[in-house]
Amino acid sequence: MKQNILTGVLLAVIALLVALPWFAPYFYIFVFTEILILGLFAVSFNLIFGFTGMLSFGHAAYFGMGAYTTAMLLLHLDWPLLYTLVAAMALSGLLALVIGFFCVRLSEVYFAMLTLAFGMMVFTIAHSWRDVTNGSDGIAGFRISEFGLGLDLVMGNPAVYYHVTLAIVVIAALVLYVISRSSFGLILKAIRQNPERVAFCGLNVRSYRLASFVIAGIFAGLAGALMAPFLRVASPELMHWSLSAEPVLMSILGGTGYFMGPFVGAALFVLLETWITSYTGAWMLFLGIVLALMVMFFRKGVLGTFLDWWMNKND
Amino acid sequence: MSGLGPALLNSLEMGLLLFVIAVGLNIVFGVLNIINFAHGALYMLGAYFGYTLISILGLPFWIALLTAPLGVAIIAVLIDRLMLRFIYDRDIADSLLLTFAIMLIISESVRSIYGSNIQAVYPPAILDGTVSLLGSPYPIYSLFVIAMGLIILAGLWYLFNRTRVGKIMRAAALDRDMAEALCINTRMVVTGVFAFGAWLAGVGGVIAAPMRTIDPGMGEKIIIESFIIVVIGGLGSFPGALIGALILGAIYGFGGRYFPEFNLLLPFLGMALVLLFKPTGIMGKGANA
Repeated sequence: MKQNILTGVLLAVIALLVALPWFAPYFYIFVFTEILILGLFAVSFNLIFGFTGMLSFGHAAYFGMGAYTTAMLLLHLDWPLLYTLVAAMALSGLLALVIGFFCVRLSEVYFAMLTLAFGMMVFTIAHSWRDVTNGSDGIAGFRISEFGLGLDLVMGNPAVYYHVTLAIVVIAALVLYVISRSSFGLILKAIRQNPERVAFCGLNVRSYRLASFVIAGIFAGLAGALMAPFLRVASPELMHWSLSAEPVLMSILGGTGYFMGPFVGAALFVLLETWITSYTGAWMLFLGIVLALMVMFFRKGVLGTFLDWWMNKND
Repeated sequence: MSGLGPALLNSLEMGLLLFVIAVGLNIVFGVLNIINFAHGALYMLGAYFGYTLISILGLPFWIALLTAPLGVAIIAVLIDRLMLRFIYDRDIADSLLLTFAIMLIISESVRSIYGSNIQAVYPPAILDGTVSLLGSPYPIYSLFVIAMGLIILAGLWYLFNRTRVGKIMRAAALDRDMAEALCINTRMVVTGVFAFGAWLAGVGGVIAAPMRTIDPGMGEKIIIESFIIVVIGGLGSFPGALIGALILGAIYGFGGRYFPEFNLLLPFLGMALVLLFKPTGIMGKGANA
């Protein structure tokens, strides 16, 4: 019964999101495009953190990889957007495979340190390899000439780009949801709770961790690939550790225990950011304080606390 | 061959400075079993306190060297009592998250107080200038850094092997419950060790201030370097921190001379190589998942 109510709420939210450009002010189209992209980024992060129990502080590397791939393919080869998204997912997945190979071998503490270190390595490359990445200026000046699949969409229109983002994010989230509910997803959850036990059952914990890391990298790459045309630039900031902090905070804010938690966290995050940056420039400071308070006193997050209370309440 | 001597001295200078930072990270990990992501931010705080005392208030360098690290240690006690104490009994992920948040808070506070510009501190007159060493001129300040590194190295060795306080710290690192059963106030030890690690980071920050540029990004640079060191040397190992720091110093000293275009990548490649062949680090043991 309660499950049905939740599904109903979710469908209603999606319907509202589809209708958004017809009733909300123009400004909110941008806000919600950002929420959707960062929400996908955070959900992909939570696959390794909330589900597999590995805390990554370098997830922006794959996000940035996706952004750079799309920006460069659009600028140099003028590919249709859909093809650049596929290429971005492939390259981000490859990068996650190489870095993940080193990171998943050791304990959680090592994993956290190594993901941060390798993440900063990728940032350093993007920042210093001026011939290819254009250094700190980043890749800009590209435009989307077509979407692909023969669809005639005016991609320069923010409302159209919003709908394209919404469709892709919903599909990607569905795929991630199916993965998290599959037997593969259950093994990831089991690894979070007790890796030794899973190893005793004859499963290769390291391969499952690596697989989870690569899938998360692929979808972070997709989110980044959607971000570059939205911002109209792919710059090294998209790979910096402070951007890796964003999906961490969003997941904690919404709740790491539920699939939709990071989406709720992303919405709260972007709305708070919009509101607070209109008062002060110290947004990142505020972010750190909120993260510290959430970890200390409110570990289940907003959605997690609400759902735990609501699901256990007697009818 | 004329470049070999200076490269060696540069390596030693970088290596010993990095050792002072990384060993603090390792000591805190040994006793508290947490990786302090804010360790680099505390180092940066040391450098900014030094900058405030020397360049803004005009106090002598030596006063700053004595007081700025104490200021950092006091901040660390506050962090421990007001924040970390809530998560000591929890999953290790929570301590990583909380120290990461503290890193954000410290680096963004410094950025909003001092701005993002690069600041400079000048070494005291007695350490200014160069001496001729091994046939080439060498800054006196670099020799001072090497000397300070060696003094701290010897002091730490003495502390852990010859004093009661050091033995208590090692006991708390080995088995906290047992230490408590033997009437050791482990709460005090935990706070003290965290403050001591921060003090080391602060000392590193003040020493580094006249030789490296001071900006809010310096903390994140050194925390990555510290992670590379503990991964190469082995997490929680005192000799490992020294070996790792000297290797990273050598990578900078010689790599910068012979492969300048790959200088930024070499530390990561070194770390990846160690991970391939000895995942727990050169001196490490039993960190396999």
